Amino acid sequence: MAALSIRALSKRYANLEVLKGIDLDIESGEFTVLVGPSGCGKSTLLNIVAGLDHPSAGTVEIGGRVVNDVAPKDRDIAMVFQSYALYPSMTVRQNITFGMECRRVAKAEQEKAVANVAKLLQIEPLLGRKPSQLSGGQRQRVAMGRALVRNPLLFLFDEPLSNLDAKLRVEMRMEIKRLHQRIGATIVYVTHDQIEAMTMATRIAVMHQGSVQQFADPDTVYRYPANLFVARFMGSPPMNTIPARLEAASDGPVVVVGAGRPDEVRLRLRGYDAAAPFVGREVVFGIRPECIAEGSRTFSSDAPVRVEAPVELVEPTGAETMVLLRLGGEPAMARISPDIRPAPGTSAAFALDTRRICLFDPETERLIA
Amino acid sequence: MTSAVLTRPGRSAATELVRRLPEYLMIWVPLLLSAAHLVSFSLWTLWISFTPSTLVPVSGWVGLRNYTAVAASRNWQIAFDNLLLFGSAFVLLSAATGLILAILLDQRIRAENVLRSIFLYPLAVSFVVTGTVWSWLLNPGLGIQKLVHDLGWTSFKFDWLIDRDMAIWTIVIAAIWQSSGFAMALFLAGLRSVDADIIKAAQIDGAGAVRIYRRIILPSLWPITITVVVIQLQFAISTFDLVRALTNGGPGIATQLPALVVYDLMFQRSLLGRGAAAAVLMLLILLAVLLPYAAWRYIQRRRANHA
Repeated sequence: MAALSIRALSKRYANLEVLKGIDLDIESGEFTVLVGPSGCGKSTLLNIVAGLDHPSAGTVEIGGRVVNDVAPKDRDIAMVFQSYALYPSMTVRQNITFGMECRRVAKAEQEKAVANVAKLLQIEPLLGRKPSQLSGGQRQRVAMGRALVRNPLLFLFDEPLSNLDAKLRVEMRMEIKRLHQRIGATIVYVTHDQIEAMTMATRIAVMHQGSVQQFADPDTVYRYPANLFVARFMGSPPMNTIPARLEAASDGPVVVVGAGRPDEVRLRLRGYDAAAPFVGREVVFGIRPECIAEGSRTFSSDAPVRVEAPVELVEPTGAETMVLLRLGGEPAMARISPDIRPAPGTSAAFALDTRRICLFDPETERLIA
Repeated sequence: MTSAVLTRPGRSAATELVRRLPEYLMIWVPLLLSAAHLVSFSLWTLWISFTPSTLVPVSGWVGLRNYTAVAASRNWQIAFDNLLLFGSAFVLLSAATGLILAILLDQRIRAENVLRSIFLYPLAVSFVVTGTVWSWLLNPGLGIQKLVHDLGWTSFKFDWLIDRDMAIWTIVIAAIWQSSGFAMALFLAGLRSVDADIIKAAQIDGAGAVRIYRRIILPSLWPITITVVVIQLQFAISTFDLVRALTNGGPGIATQLPALVVYDLMFQRSLLGRGAAAAVLMLLILLAVLLPYAAWRYIQRRRANHA
């Protein structure tokens, strides 16, 4: 059953169109991440789902019921905010029970629910404290407790981790994922952080300029980005997108980078039949940094593809070495083995994984193959 | 400018002093002058209150005689009772009015800026003007009562200004008119500082507007409420010009306030010693309000630093 269906939803503020015809179907039990740069409309979309904002057109269905005219409290949702939004004058316990108090749940039942949630999130020792006496991570946990205690049809998370420091963010990320695995809740999670999207989501909706660019599972979004925006937004560092030319050869198309230059790079493609109409035309050639490695690496049993390329910059991160090189005169990032440090200004051999190349139409910016 | 500073790291202390001289002059001269005035004249008044001074200051020691005389006088007793009534009624009602205005203004209404200015405007008017205007408005033969009479309701009666028991309320009314806009401005700032997400969270939790105000917004306004109350209280205690212009302490001595007693003793009856004693008593009342407030602020700050 679809826990959340969004149909032809748009939102306009005066002359500004924030959301342009959004269609999304989110199944029960899914962890959907809405990801995009700031101003892409993802938070507005979440607020509309919560009922805190109203759409200009289109419908929102939660659990099979159209909720456009239903008040937030009657939508059977719970929301976790970026600022945590804890009630400052109440204790942690009161923060958690406030919703039940509003719904006139019996005291004994409230006690039981608080005890359960506090145990689940390990916040029992904090129940008597005020939010001002809690650390960022503890506040985050209380905010989640307040949402969990409601046991709603749909959880909405609005950038819940962006106020935490890097270390805590990674911990809480794992904790939220674990929580989802344990209770199987349906979650819609908004973030601008593509790593959060990749690590937690069962499905990702990449948003840009008020529309959904791609809605698919993380592997698909990463491996087959629907367009250049998604290719450049997902992944860190992002996919290299290089202007190139597609030429015909006897056994399939060949990507030519820097055609006519002495350092021209020619890559033979296999299994890219969809690219046939683009033979003889300009394309954008996309390759992830991890698909360019040191020359000794073998990506497949096929004959390895190697190129000699000048090295411009080397960034050792400890776990790997990032190399900025020139591929047919165009800049590209490579992710190579950590103990290999080619000297900047010299030329080095690189191995390319040509099975995972993406080709984009430079006009429409869409994925060709 | 900045680059010049960057290229000359070894500037002498003297150059630095000259450069910052205007700042020092601007801050320290007025501060020292006003501190000197405040402290020296307070001490002088304290000394006078223990002397038998009448028309001119004289030395000598009479112990607490001026204090007992002032405290025993009917004038002071009425003034003190009036202060209790006026102070509490004015502070509570102006804070309540300010809060209600602020809540109404906070409903995303269209003419907010205009209305805010209108409500704040009385603060820009001097107390003497407020007092004078309200003395006309409340004058039965001139103001509101006459207006209603002229409109045809001839049995209407609104003569608090000349009613011994009700006259003090006219001062309360005028003072509220003058300063509830100030309370409104502070409360409005407090309302605006409530995180919008908290309101959203409460809406999702199912709280209605009344419950959101009662349980979430109003409790967060406590610190501002205390500030408003203390500022209004110290205004109430030192009220002089408003009463002087509105009722001049009358009818009879029905609207006497401590500051008027001080003025009366010092400049009309030429009893400097007793006037000084009354002034010191006023200062003590003020301290009774301000010291707990300072202590509260101190504790708050320490708690904030520890958190």
